[in-house]
Amino acid sequence: MPIPEVAESFTGAVNRVTLGATKDDGGTRTKTVTVGGARNVVYGGSPEEAGETPVVAMDVLDTKPEDWPDALAEPLSDVLDSPGDWAKKCVEELGADLICLKFEGIHPDKADKDAAHAVKVTEEVLKAVAVPLVLWGCGNDEKDNEVMPKVSGAAKGEKCLIGTVTEDNYKSLTAIALADGHFLITEAPLDINIAKQVNILASDMGFPLDRIVTYQSTGALGYGIEYAYSIQERQRLAALGGDKMMAMPVICDVGYESWRAKEAKLEDAPGWGAVDDRGPMWETATAICLLQAGVDIIRLRHPKAVATVKGFIGKVWS
Amino acid sequence: MALTGLEIFKLLPKTNCKKCGMPTCLAFAMALAQKRAKLEDCPDVSEEAKEKLAAAAAPPMRKIVFGSGDAQVQVGQETVMFRHEEKFHNETVVAASVSDKLTGDELTKRIESVNALQFERVGTKIGAKAVAVLNESGSAESFAKACAAVNDGCDLAMILVTESAEAMAAAVTKVKDGVPLLAFAAADTAEAMAKIAKDNGCPLAAKAESVEVLAELTEKIKAAGVEDIVLALDAPGLQEQLYGLSKMRALALKKAFRPLGYPAMTHVCDGDGAEQGATAIGLICKYSSIVIVDTVEPYALLAALTAVMNVFSDPQKPVQVEPKVYPIGEPDENAPVMFTTNFSLTYYTVESDVEASRVPSYILVVDTEGTSVLTAYSGDKLNEKTVADAIAKYKVESLVKHRKLIIPGYVAVMSGKLEEATNWEVMVGPRECSMLPKYLQEAWN
Repeated sequence: MPIPEVAESFTGAVNRVTLGATKDDGGTRTKTVTVGGARNVVYGGSPEEAGETPVVAMDVLDTKPEDWPDALAEPLSDVLDSPGDWAKKCVEELGADLICLKFEGIHPDKADKDAAHAVKVTEEVLKAVAVPLVLWGCGNDEKDNEVMPKVSGAAKGEKCLIGTVTEDNYKSLTAIALADGHFLITEAPLDINIAKQVNILASDMGFPLDRIVTYQSTGALGYGIEYAYSIQERQRLAALGGDKMMAMPVICDVGYESWRAKEAKLEDAPGWGAVDDRGPMWETATAICLLQAGVDIIRLRHPKAVATVKGFIGKVWS
Repeated sequence: MALTGLEIFKLLPKTNCKKCGMPTCLAFAMALAQKRAKLEDCPDVSEEAKEKLAAAAAPPMRKIVFGSGDAQVQVGQETVMFRHEEKFHNETVVAASVSDKLTGDELTKRIESVNALQFERVGTKIGAKAVAVLNESGSAESFAKACAAVNDGCDLAMILVTESAEAMAAAVTKVKDGVPLLAFAAADTAEAMAKIAKDNGCPLAAKAESVEVLAELTEKIKAAGVEDIVLALDAPGLQEQLYGLSKMRALALKKAFRPLGYPAMTHVCDGDGAEQGATAIGLICKYSSIVIVDTVEPYALLAALTAVMNVFSDPQKPVQVEPKVYPIGEPDENAPVMFTTNFSLTYYTVESDVEASRVPSYILVVDTEGTSVLTAYSGDKLNEKTVADAIAKYKVESLVKHRKLIIPGYVAVMSGKLEEATNWEVMVGPRECSMLPKYLQEAWN
């Protein structure tokens, strides 16, 4: 039976972004990672319109995490106190496409480490792995402004993805990321209007739009994921509609958010299955949900979640 | 697909006779489009116009109901591609499978595992809503027996899965009172399967290897007298399945293409529990109204069912938790008391961080009509009066000996008035609740 044509004629597309600088490009990475490029909604049209394959960035923390549930800490227990070894394990054994170095330990209410520590860890991880890095601050504006410019400098020319900048705190990191040749993560608190506003602010400082990746905030499955889901779908539609201020690839923080969920960490929960299965499943499920709404870079933590999510991506983006 | 006023106008007599009570045919057409008038009000409308308008008024995707009594479920009748455009209407039915190769104790155990797939989240019961019996034995007799056993041992709506019309006929006689969904009719079994469905009043799923062939098949089944149809695409892989589901949904909704104006179903059978859970979630999000899974691992089902709950929630209505006092851990009369709002996202974030602190505490949830702390404060739904009222209403003074109230850092500005209104000492907590564990451990010891 003849079927009516349903092809949409979108005028825009998601920007294509290539992270990581090789030797020829002035850096030391031997691998680069390209994301974005979608010319349709998720599963709209044909697989050729889906753009680049979504990638997994595994989290590496600058200081040993003290509050991780056993189910999460156990598979990484041999490397948690060494960011370099941790990153190496993620790339060489667990299939991480990128490493997201999260500077949890610089937070004044946590380990309150200084810039020298952050620079040392950055150098260590750059040396340990050949993939591009994501460099992510602690969320405390003052401390991030003090430390992250130094981190940026330590990775100068490597074309890292650095962030995050927000509506209220974007100037110093945007300026330094521009000077050091990095890509920038703009963050908004589950609010599509603020998301656009932060992009405009960064752009007004002369930061090129095609070097921005947006972070809309992430809710875990069962904890507000529907908000992130719909914002990501709306962002994709805006990009396809030709809105240059919303045409960036998207990153989400699945690892941290998922492992906060009760379903992931509650040890004794009769009827819910073993906690060792539940945690990775919750992380996987959160990632899979967000993939359906259009996401380009997924931050993950547990090896099993990485394997399952990459397995899904392999089946659907090829 | 609904017609516009102008499209309706073209079908009207255009006499401006005013018999309908409207000044012109165009005004009447506009009223019809907005559903403010009925076509019967026009005495001169042609039969052709009536047919066209009735066809256009039918929902673009048919609603399909199966199961009976409390186990009855409904799928379909979706109107949008994206939940933010309106909402998704009928939650995906997740069904667990039972093979007819199982007999005796094995069969009983499997049915028990299926029955155990019921959970409670946020005060709402979620669970597998259907059970699918698979004719893997190849025998009509075994299939009928297994269906009868499942019907006896499980209260869920049933899906009978067999390619054989003989097996379907044998099984359906045993369980037809439960109005099972019959799956699947293929091109060569369409007539026989349609007859069984029609004779027993059951909906029928049609299965074909491409969208084009499937559209032909549903027309054939409809011609045989079965109107309640479910679509099943026999795709070679997950990629083809997902793109096919999106295409069928778009054809139904955007093109009002009737041969595909039905809900779709899929069967996830590859991989371990986690892989099946992941695949199921992809299918739930992108347009499979029924998903059969072979896994009965609770961790996989809990995740998939939570995804259904979240994706099918109404984007217009903030999800709320019940305003009351929530004990976290086992708090005693010296435990800290803090308040937050009844916006579920806010509450669950706070709850999770209070749990992480391992300091047994009370969280007082103030009714802010489902808004977050700052929104509620600026909208005057969170003020000294609403907090004081909540303290009184939920008898917080009887729970603890002390009179210290921890308030969200973002509303530190209300401290003074709040102390006056409650006579409690106000302690300003952190702005970000991820700082709560540290705050509670330090400020409360």
